[in-house]
Formats: sequence, C-alpha cells, structure tokens
Amino acid sequence: MAPGAPSSSPSPILAALLFSSLVLSPAQAIVVYTDKEVYGAVGSKVTLHCSFWSSEWVSDDISFTWRYQPEGGRDAISIFHYAKGQPYIDEVGTFKERIQWVGDPQWKDGSIVIHNLDYSDNGTFTCDVKNPPDIVGKTSQVTLYVFEKVPTRYGVVLGAVIGGVLGVVLLLLLLFYVVRYCWLRRQAALQRRLSAVEKGKLHKPGKDTTKRGRQTPVLYAMLDHSRSTKAASEKKPKGLGESRKDKK
Amino acid sequence: MIVLLLSIIVLHVAVLVLLFVATIVSQWIVGNGHATDLWQNCSTTPGNIQHCFSSSANEWLQSVQATMILSIIFSVLSLFLFFCQLFTLTKGGRFYITGIFQILAGLCVMSATSIYTVRHSEWHLDSAYSYGFAYILAWVAFPLALLSGVIYVILRKRE
Repeated sequence: MAPGAPSSSPSPILAALLFSSLVLSPAQAIVVYTDKEVYGAVGSKVTLHCSFWSSEWVSDDISFTWRYQPEGGRDAISIFHYAKGQPYIDEVGTFKERIQWVGDPQWKDGSIVIHNLDYSDNGTFTCDVKNPPDIVGKTSQVTLYVFEKVPTRYGVVLGAVIGGVLGVVLLLLLLFYVVRYCWLRRQAALQRRLSAVEKGKLHKPGKDTTKRGRQTPVLYAMLDHSRSTKAASEKKPKGLGESRKDKK
Repeated sequence: MIVLLLSIIVLHVAVLVLLFVATIVSQWIVGNGHATDLWQNCSTTPGNIQHCFSSSANEWLQSVQATMILSIIFSVLSLFLFFCQLFTLTKGGRFYITGIFQILAGLCVMSATSIYTVRHSEWHLDSAYSYGFAYILAWVAFPLALLSGVIYVILRKRE
C-alpha cells in the first residue's frame, strides 16, 4: 500500500491472489477416479482401482475408505479404511479376510483387491479419499458384476476386426507387389536371353557353311544342334556382359 | 479435363464426408425420445433431461463399429493414394489401387449397415423405432463409394 516502496508492492497483489484462490476457484477439491464397472468371475479375484486428484500435496493424514452397498440394498457398510499409514481391513463382516490393500498414497493410488468372489458380492463400491486440508470432494463409485464366466471386454472384437482386415489387405498388396517385381525381373532376364540368342543366330550362318561340305546330313544336324547350343552358351555370358556394358 | 478431375475429387470427398457423418452422429435408430447410434444411446426423459449411456459391448455392434471405421480408413487411404498416383503414374495408366481401396470402403460400409440391420434387435430392445438419417447416409455412401471406385479403375491418366 505504501507508494514508491518496491518491497511492499507485491503484498497486496499476493493477498488478492490468495484470496481469489481460496474463495473463487472451485478446483480446490478432491476428485476421485474409479472404474465405472468391474467384472469378475466367481472364485477369482478382482482389483478395484481408485485414484484421485488433489490440489494439495499428499499429506501423512491421508485416508482412504471403501464402502460397499449390496445390490438392491440401501445401506452402505464400510469395509476398508486406511489412515495414518495403516490399513484396516474388515475382520467381521462379509469381506472377512478377503480384502487386500494394494494402494500407495504416494502414487495417489487407493486400490484394493477382493479375493474369492461370490455372487453375493454384486453391488456398488464407493471410494472415499480425504487428504487434509483438502477434504471437500466427490467420491466415486464402481459397480461390481460377478459372472460365472467373464464376458470378453469391450474393444476386443473391434480391435480384432480392424487389425485383421487391415493386415490381410496390406499382406495382399505386399504379395502382389513382390510377385509383380519378380515377374518383371524375369521378363527382363528373358528379354536379355532372347536378344543374346538373336545375336548368336546372326553369327551362326558363317560358321555353318564351312562345316556343311564335310559331314553327312544326320551327323551334321546333330553337330549343328550341339554347336548351336555351345554357341548359345558361349554367347550368353558375352551377351549379358554386352548388355550390362550398354546399360552402363 | 480439369472439370473431370475436380468432379472426381468432389465425389470422393462427398463419400468421405458421408462416411464420417454416418459414423459419428447419433441417429441410426430414433424412437420416441431416444436416439441411438454405434457409440451411445441418448434418451430424453419427459423432464427434458438427456441421459447418454454408452452402447452395449455386443460383438455384432463392435463389428459394425469396426467395419465403419475401416471404411473411413480405406476411403482416406484411397484419397491419399489418388494424389500420389496422379503425380507418379505413367501416361495411360489406370488408378487401380485408388479404385480398389474405394471399392473396399464401399464393401465395408455395406457389410456394416447390413449387420446393423439384421442384428440391431440384440442391443436395442425398443419396439417403437424408425431409422434415423445417419443410417440412411450410410446406405447412400455405399453405392457412391462403389461408383467412385469403379470410375477410378476405368479412368486413364492423361497428361
């Protein structure tokens, strides 16, 4: 408030900020997050996750409370409590010796595991987190459904269909391109062979006329055939080399 | 020439827009006060309060969602490939890949809508209903996509 004094000028601004943050901002509350629905199979175990967001740091006085409301019932009974670093598990009620604390306050996790599920465990579980001085907030509920066999989770069929069809299409495309590439290469090799044989045939008539006068027709035909194959095999590497040189 | 190109692109984009709207908008089945689609059912109670629940995890509904998403993916890929092929194809060549992907998109839409028509009673138990406009858009997108794909296969590139 004192004019011209730089050291005291931040304080009214600071006071205004504090005032606004304490009174005006609605974000000063705990928000608890759980799953909406959890499915479990009879006899197995299920994890009830609970996480929270708090505008304060996690204090040592943080407390978690799990309440259970049976399906169709009206009363919610408290089945688990965690306070001052110590978990308190239900030892007399329906969840006797079936609850296990797997949460960690430092990681903002207040999850519990219920073992040995039964059909009577169907109902709504409420997770309540209090982080002093941040105690105002909403709780969150998760509904447990116990089945004989757990139905497949949402998204398995979705992902499988999309992944399968895309994979098949991509595979077919790849296959098509590979086959086409191999076929084109084979075509190019055949072309080279053809041009080499043609070049060989151009040279052949000169050599043949010298031999024709000496051999009998049958022997000549055989010799001619063997010579033509020999000439072709001789010409082939030369032809390839020539074509490679041409390309270069 | 430019007119042809533009009209083909407009057709393709129209198919894409139809597919997007049909997949996202919540109007596949409408009844008195409630509207459902692939992702959620919303109902408006007499007090003008709207509740939206996510749709059931039925396998057939999931397959419908999957094929609609696939059709969008194929159509987008086809548009992208069309522009690629426009610049890389030799003169006189045909836009085979573009056409194939667009035809695939059309087939996916058709299978999605058919499955939905046959199996929608499994997750939607109201008897008083009629099909909403998103459903009709999906059915309209199917022949348009096929037409677009066939045009691509027939078309020859000219310089």
